[in-house]
Amino acid sequence: MPPDADVALGGPGLSGLRARVPWAFRWEAGLALIVVIIGIAATAASPDFLTSNNLFNLGLSNGEIAIMALPMTLIIISGEIDLSVSSTLAMSSCLLGYLWARHWPMIAIFVVIALVGVAAGALNGLLVTRVGLPSLAVTIGTLTLYAGIAEILLGPNTVSNFPSAYTNLGVNAVPFTGNSITYSTAIFVVLAVIFGVVLHATPAGRSIFAMGASPEAALFAGIRVKRIKTMLFIVSGLICAFAGVLYTFRLSTAVANNGAGLELDVIAIVLVGGVSIFGGQGSIPGVVLGVLAFAGIQNALLLTNFNQEASGVVAGGLLLLSVFGRNAGSYARRLREWVQP
Amino acid sequence: MTATLLRREPPDSAGASPRKLTERVFRIRESGIIVVLALFVAVTAGIQHRFVSETNIQFVLVNTTIFALLALGETMVVVSRNVDLSVGSVLGMSAYLSADLFGGHHGIPIPVVFIVGLGIGLGWGMVNGLLVAAGRVPSLVVTLATLYIIRGIDILIVGGGMVTANTLPGSFTGIPKATVLGIPYLAIAVAVVIAVGAYYLRSFRSGRELYAIGSNPEAARLAGLPIGRRTLTAFAVSGAIAGIGGVLWAAQYGTVDSTAGTGYELTVITAVVVGGVAIFGGSGSVVGAALGALLLATINSALYVLGISDFWDSAIAGFLLILAITIDRVISVRLTAALRLRSTRRAT
Repeated sequence: MPPDADVALGGPGLSGLRARVPWAFRWEAGLALIVVIIGIAATAASPDFLTSNNLFNLGLSNGEIAIMALPMTLIIISGEIDLSVSSTLAMSSCLLGYLWARHWPMIAIFVVIALVGVAAGALNGLLVTRVGLPSLAVTIGTLTLYAGIAEILLGPNTVSNFPSAYTNLGVNAVPFTGNSITYSTAIFVVLAVIFGVVLHATPAGRSIFAMGASPEAALFAGIRVKRIKTMLFIVSGLICAFAGVLYTFRLSTAVANNGAGLELDVIAIVLVGGVSIFGGQGSIPGVVLGVLAFAGIQNALLLTNFNQEASGVVAGGLLLLSVFGRNAGSYARRLREWVQP
Repeated sequence: MTATLLRREPPDSAGASPRKLTERVFRIRESGIIVVLALFVAVTAGIQHRFVSETNIQFVLVNTTIFALLALGETMVVVSRNVDLSVGSVLGMSAYLSADLFGGHHGIPIPVVFIVGLGIGLGWGMVNGLLVAAGRVPSLVVTLATLYIIRGIDILIVGGGMVTANTLPGSFTGIPKATVLGIPYLAIAVAVVIAVGAYYLRSFRSGRELYAIGSNPEAARLAGLPIGRRTLTAFAVSGAIAGIGGVLWAAQYGTVDSTAGTGYELTVITAVVVGGVAIFGGSGSVVGAALGALLLATINSALYVLGISDFWDSAIAGFLLILAITIDRVISVRLTAALRLRSTRRAT
């Protein structure tokens, strides 16, 4: 909210203002402000920030995380969680290396990886919806299981003799974009639009919100909760397998620990983007802003020679801010009740 | 009425009340892990005798201790329908700062080092607990954030440096190696701590309240249970234990850099869930969780002894977790059906 908004509207008080400009009180508005502040601060701190070269690198190093955040958004809004994303990425990466080392044609490898991604998602989805297990526990299990399969496939080996026609896709810019848009960024933008339309403008999207807000009510309203949730996990598996291919080509290396621990980054981005961990609330534009905030902070810290490994301090702080910021209203109310009972 | 029921039940449950039936299933849950454990040990020992050698058993027990300890704290948090993802980061920070004391202060007494580790852990545990209890925000989010923050601060403190084993006194690095009658002291100490924790959760009012809060938070609030204080306690204990775990980690591995304990949170939660603690609270035991940790360490060692690549380790652990929660689910569905049947028969 701009500071002079109150004055412009003749000072109608916070609740009046809230009724008139509801969008200014959404978490997304605050997050947009945070992203702008990060951008300004980073530009002030380093003249390199707003160069196309740097923005290219920023897109490069965050592409896969950003892509995986999209299906995660839908899954968390539907009231579930998928911790197995980075292991699915690793499994796909190792499969790519394993089959390539055995001289499979690349097209056949892609088909196998897509099928494995679908199977990985389907296993999560079926265990959650048909067996009725909590997704947190199931996907901690498959997180370990899929990472294990990745390790079994490649063991301590690395595969890095991929043809440059493919690895160039990982590190080159999309043609005609002035060397600033990576393929993974372009794919993220396209996928974000698709996911945004599905979530916010289709009956399926509305039913995802409904089942996250109240699974029972959604079921009684005739929504096929189990089927849609299974589909969401399958989409997540497929997209993470795809992210694994991107990751492998970007680094030109297939190795078992590719992407290890990224699941927490993905979930942090989604939560910073304003998605409620309890389900039923959130938006794709918010998550896109979350990606920008996360990537912007990491990049700014890199440019200012801050120890990059320690950027978790800032990322974690942002995560806390996102969850406490959205609760600010209830804290204010509790404080008032406490001061004047 | 009871007579008709008796015919549908195995003979040993004759006359069992619903409460006893529940208890019986919980006993089965822990004996289930013991059976799997025994099976694993028997098969592995059958193939490769040195698996049950004194050295190997000591090795497995020492490897279990840190995870079993962490599982105790995590169990307290999880039964109250929370989760603590920050244990790995707390362990890492405590491991570095406590081990670093030996280099800075020559001749510092070892108990002081343990107290410092405990203090670091307790402090972070209190931070987690206060944020969750006073902020009323989900612990998954809070501890995910503190996982990043604590690790980040640790990295800032450590920089590129590390503590190496030669700066640590032999009496400190000897702690995990010391044995009595062939059993590591450390394993005995941890077993005692776990027994105390199990007794507390089983028999103390405040321990039982953790289960009540996890089982039904709203009912617990209406019953007047001090939810905030109990939550704070659970997180404080989990943090303090992770702090102690860090000191033990330093003693065991000797070389500590800023990556110590990375990813431990998921292993600990795996052990806890394999051990029969419900991820959404309300049921499970400390002994089960510790057995879960022992099982994971045993599998790890069995693969090594059998000469199977330890790359199979995490696939097996993941499979085991899914199997465990699936079986739990089937049992609980059956149990609910049985209890419902019983109560409707009573009513008629």
